[in-house]
Amino acid sequence: MRNLENNRVLVIMPAWNEADCVGATVAEVLRLDEPYDVLVVNDGSTDGTPQLAAAAGATVLNLPFNLGVGGAMRAGFKYAQRLGYRQVIQVDADGQHDPRNIREVLNGLELADISIGARFADRGDYTVKGPRKWAMKLLASVLTKLAKTPLTDVTSGFRAGNTRAIAQYLDHYPAEYLGDTIDSLVVAIRSGLKVTQVPVEMRPRQGGTPSHHPIKAAVYLGRSFFALAFALTRKRSNVALPLPLMAGKN
Amino acid sequence: MPNIAAFFLALAIVGLVAEMLRRKKLREKYAIWWLVVGIATLVLAAFPQLLDYVAQAVGVQLPSNLLFILSILMLLGVCLHLSWEISVVEEETRALAEEVAILRIQIERINEVMVAGRPAGSKDPEVEP
Repeated sequence: MRNLENNRVLVIMPAWNEADCVGATVAEVLRLDEPYDVLVVNDGSTDGTPQLAAAAGATVLNLPFNLGVGGAMRAGFKYAQRLGYRQVIQVDADGQHDPRNIREVLNGLELADISIGARFADRGDYTVKGPRKWAMKLLASVLTKLAKTPLTDVTSGFRAGNTRAIAQYLDHYPAEYLGDTIDSLVVAIRSGLKVTQVPVEMRPRQGGTPSHHPIKAAVYLGRSFFALAFALTRKRSNVALPLPLMAGKN
Repeated sequence: MPNIAAFFLALAIVGLVAEMLRRKKLREKYAIWWLVVGIATLVLAAFPQLLDYVAQAVGVQLPSNLLFILSILMLLGVCLHLSWEISVVEEETRALAEEVAILRIQIERINEVMVAGRPAGSKDPEVEP
């Protein structure tokens, strides 16, 4: 199939049973001044998420069964590549990411291939405690060294990518837990993609509560190091490089 | 003296695997391991002294221990092989799921265009509305 050229930006929103908030989030994105195409990747929801998303004006990509965030995102990237989108941005369906920050995060792509909307970057009042905090701190410092640019929030799902990022993600975007954030980011950096971050505020989720249970947090710590250790030893992706930005590197 | 019970057991296993292969219930790449085990057991059942010789040669005091360690290693290998295969299958399923979802969107778009009464096929159906 031939790829089309497409100058619009695709907002990819993975959604698994997010009926509470997906409609509102989609509507909020579509109300922005700049016209965005919204793709809701319905990850095997059983609660009317796809109907609500479609009613709100999104294109809905229905996965036949639940693949996890990583799986949903890769499906979204594949769709973006097929339709020739040159810029994509991932936004959570739960309303955590403020659509008004989309432009700011996209602007990061002028300097890099991947732009992360980051909490903790001196903006907003998002806080975490205990092992989860240590995990995030340590991951951030390792990723900062690797990317040679300050990254404070490597598990943020609010990230934008250009065609190089899409191509790299399609080569390596694990469906595993944390694979969609840490693993994919580490391999992207090691494959020569440039990453930057843009400080954003996160809003409280409109549905569900984040877990602060100490055992869960400790499990999270363990799994993030597991993910990191593997990511650091993986094969680099061989991304075709039409490199206006990357000249002189590699 | 040959061990009759072990011999027939091994024969049954080899027969079963061969029959499953013949009926295409089992693919060769999985069957090969079971055939190796079956045939090895057949040979050992027919010539039990063989185990003693080998145990002596590799320095295992109790021949049965050699048998146990070999069986454990064998089962471990089979398990690992199956885990690997299922991971491959899951990845393939995932790719198919993505593909199906994208094709479905595209078919729905084509349907919309056709229902709208525009001459089908004269325009690129992929064009965004």
